[in-house]
Amino acid sequence: MMFDTSHAQNMDAPPIRRPYAARARVKCQAEKVTAEAGEDWTAHLLAVRDRQDRVAFAALFQHFAPRVKGFLVKSGTSPALAEECAQDVMATLWQKAQLFDPERASVATWVFTIARNRRIDMARRAARPEPEDLPWGPEAEPDQHAALELAQETALLGDALARLPQAQRALIEKAFYGDLSHSEISEQTGLPMGTVKSRIRLALDKLRQSFEGARG
Amino acid sequence: MTTTIRHHISDRLLMAYAAGTLPEAFNLVLATHLSLCDDCRARLGAYEALGGQVLERSDMAMAEGGLAACMARIEGLAPVARPQPRPARGVFPAPLAEYVGGGPDKVKWRPLGMGVRQAILPTSRGATARLLYIPAGQAVPDHGHRGTELTLVLQGAFADSTDRFGRGDLEIADEDLEHTPIAEAGEDCICLAATDAPLRFNALIPRLLQPVFRI
Repeated sequence: MMFDTSHAQNMDAPPIRRPYAARARVKCQAEKVTAEAGEDWTAHLLAVRDRQDRVAFAALFQHFAPRVKGFLVKSGTSPALAEECAQDVMATLWQKAQLFDPERASVATWVFTIARNRRIDMARRAARPEPEDLPWGPEAEPDQHAALELAQETALLGDALARLPQAQRALIEKAFYGDLSHSEISEQTGLPMGTVKSRIRLALDKLRQSFEGARG
Repeated sequence: MTTTIRHHISDRLLMAYAAGTLPEAFNLVLATHLSLCDDCRARLGAYEALGGQVLERSDMAMAEGGLAACMARIEGLAPVARPQPRPARGVFPAPLAEYVGGGPDKVKWRPLGMGVRQAILPTSRGATARLLYIPAGQAVPDHGHRGTELTLVLQGAFADSTDRFGRGDLEIADEDLEHTPIAEAGEDCICLAATDAPLRFNALIPRLLQPVFRI
């Protein structure tokens, strides 16, 4: 049986590895820098979205294009093709900037989803049906605080990933590089993902409420 | 509607979906469930955030001139605008409606006997997706599985030895489960199901028919 009725509990549970959480508090200063860097990418992408800012885009390219390339190479793509695809992914980032919602994803998360979809296209593994998006309501008030918190929580997740024992981290990386089948992927990551989930859930609820308010 | 869903995507499958490593038929079932379930959507967001952090750790130097080449690509691209609100949805959420070309009335059903009908949906190899139509009160032939079977309820409800499943509920069955799902009285039951291996029927006749119906 693969029923998982306990997921909500697992996802919202405090970090299992208490020693990491304790160390995370000590490293608070370092994390603040990471989180601010995350918030900074959001501001860069919003500048691209709102005024086609090429300087902001260049900074995004310098940071993310090498990471997309590395991600694709580790997924088994040749370096030459990965280079070309990284350019393509970054061009998509520019083209789809209007769709970016900082309350629902950090820039790193969003770049990842574009790179992942590009990898699926390349492998011609399968078409990828996407979930229905929530209908757009009236222009919601941009909540910079919520977006910043999501960026910070995402950065904390990255920090926790960096602190995992090497063997456990390697398994998670393999899962995302496509080296593990779904039955080989473990149920538990040992990472504090519940906070990110709760933050995204709040954003979804707000979006749905604003839509239903407009309709009713 | 979303608050009544009780059976969700397992962490294992959701992480594989976020990683983009599942066969198309599984993607279709999960995308359809995600369209109905904000809770799994938020959990998916968390797994995608994890993917973003894996990407952050995958740095590899780019060749010279990458940015200029990228800007040249951008010159030829039209910006993608925000999607307009979609009309209120029917029985089939958008990902499934796109495969079928509309709602249940557009499905090319084939009879399986006893009023049960099915339609195989075109997906790539590795797993099979099909729609099942089970009249209220009717049982689906007793079967087990070699691989994983996902069953998502879209209309009505069914019950088997494990629990009851209503609209939006996802049953994840592996090879240990031998079950006889029975559609609840009242509304006819429509399910979207995907398997990554052929079903294993326990009675002789359905087994003989298996190659004919591709189930």
